Amino acid sequence: MTQIAAKPLPDSAGPALAVATPTTIRRRGRVGREKTNWTTMVILCLCALTVLLPLYVTVSMSLKSTAQAVDGNAFSLPSPIDFSGFTTAWELTNFPVAFVITALVTAGTVIGTVLLAALASYAIVRNWEHRLFRWSFFYLLATLFIPFTVIALPQIQLTGLVGLANPLGVTILHIMFQLSFSILLFTAFLRSIPLELEESARIDGATTWQTFRQLIFPLLAPMSATVAIFAFLASWNDFMMPSLIIADAAQQTIPVVQNIFQTQFSTNYNVSFASYLMAMAPAIVVYLFTQRWVMEGVTQGAVKG
Amino acid sequence: MSTPIAPATAKAGSLVSNAERGQVGHLVGGRSTKRGHRRIDPIYYLFLLPTLLLFTLAITLPALIGIFYSFTNFIGFGEWQFIGITNYIAAFSDPAILASYGFTFGFAIVTVVFVNVIAFLLAVGLVSRIRLKSALRAVFVIPMVISGIVIAYVFNFLFSNSLPAAGASTGIPWLQESVLANPNLAWLAIVVVTTWQSVPSVMLIYIAGLLSIPGEVYEAADLDGVNAWSRLRSITLPLVAGYVVINVILGFKNYINAYDVIVGLTNGGPGTSTRSVAMTIFTGFTGGDYAYQMANATIFFIIAILISLLQLRITRGRAAIS
Repeated sequence: MTQIAAKPLPDSAGPALAVATPTTIRRRGRVGREKTNWTTMVILCLCALTVLLPLYVTVSMSLKSTAQAVDGNAFSLPSPIDFSGFTTAWELTNFPVAFVITALVTAGTVIGTVLLAALASYAIVRNWEHRLFRWSFFYLLATLFIPFTVIALPQIQLTGLVGLANPLGVTILHIMFQLSFSILLFTAFLRSIPLELEESARIDGATTWQTFRQLIFPLLAPMSATVAIFAFLASWNDFMMPSLIIADAAQQTIPVVQNIFQTQFSTNYNVSFASYLMAMAPAIVVYLFTQRWVMEGVTQGAVKG
Repeated sequence: MSTPIAPATAKAGSLVSNAERGQVGHLVGGRSTKRGHRRIDPIYYLFLLPTLLLFTLAITLPALIGIFYSFTNFIGFGEWQFIGITNYIAAFSDPAILASYGFTFGFAIVTVVFVNVIAFLLAVGLVSRIRLKSALRAVFVIPMVISGIVIAYVFNFLFSNSLPAAGASTGIPWLQESVLANPNLAWLAIVVVTTWQSVPSVMLIYIAGLLSIPGEVYEAADLDGVNAWSRLRSITLPLVAGYVVINVILGFKNYINAYDVIVGLTNGGPGTSTRSVAMTIFTGFTGGDYAYQMANATIFFIIAILISLLQLRITRGRAAIS
């Protein structure tokens, strides 16, 4: 369960990147004149095409006119380039509303996950010898074993009863399902912070809250970045929870509203692909700027689910 | 970072020794009492309790309610009474439920194999001596950050429009029919898309594993004139075996919960040939089978727990060996 996550992680650079250096040295030392392995590289580039092709299709389809898009040829270039798919998709999905709702759910999930998990992890690590805190740790890891599938029905029922069959309810559930992964990362990191730092703060008269707020939380920043990005991706991309929990279709999130293209408007492919592109673009953009933390998060906390 | 997987597990298992923790608490947490127990700063409870409370209300309570109702004939609203384990007995002989388990586990096993083979080969390629290493790795990770339902819709179009169109223009008959409409082949499309989406995270874990192998091992092999295939089979694979186990179990746990990709590709069809366990459980809310599907969910939960226990056992065992 915790093998990778629980590694002490003093260095902020993740395994995938940090280890790159010794490897390079090793390889160079082994065979100094070793040339680039072109065969491997060509094969890898071909494999990369299988990743890029669906993305190319999405972009090119979204820029076609409706007339060109219906021919089913996904790989042709758009001619002429036609942006009407985007304007139509914008209106059909009521994009501004869906975007704001999804952004609020995602922001709430990110902030809630980082704060709750950091506070709980700090309390747990600093009071580990106390039974309540030690057991809480294992208790909060339970969602590693309980998939949403199993408790979905009562959750739908309960959120309906207490008036949370809405984006707020989804935000709370998203936070709860991110907790175990995030607490694993935070507790592993907290154990690697030298105590001398805290001692000096204590000697200067800092309270527990001040120590956390001014010393520990800033130190947790690299881990918070990883936790935040995974919370962002999980929340932004989720389909299952909002589709089941949110009762009012007008309050649905972006991944869920895409289903209108499966029933109505099913042949306006340029419109649907423009909509898909608008749904995936934010996550891809965030990823491009935060690659390092995304890759670290996987290797350090390989345990989600 | 050259630590293999096992010692880290030991660390996770035993966590930090109590003595060390005790000292920590003594120094930063508060005063010691005579009995050796220190007083805990009350604010720590404030840090932890809101999370515990929310977690209990949002996760534990629904789980208990669900298990409770699985022993009743509750249909989602109105009156109900206890009916013992009737739901469980019925579930075990329900062809729809059995079929969904058959599909889900078959799909999960095939996907685990596909994902791990592809991810491992890509990882081997990405740690070899190539140019554009970080650019290629960045590209291979992209599928991980895209919404499953959205990419399933994109592939849905490719499978049901583009491939048949290509089949028609090239005159290849078996391409002309959409795989998604074929009850015997639709599950393969789901495997393909799930694999496409799942390879990145598994690949990153294998890269970490491969990079943790000390270079001297390969140097020694080179001196002995070991060829590339033997090197892969006799050195690399055994040394990343721990990572293989982790990836297989974690992947399996994820894939048996498959939902988004299936909804986007086939929505369980054609017929019910690709209906996963998750989809079957969710019918409990619309179909008036609440208590019955909760029994199904409880069975599924027990299976998930068993897989997790197996995982713990294997990883702990590895820790003990090294």
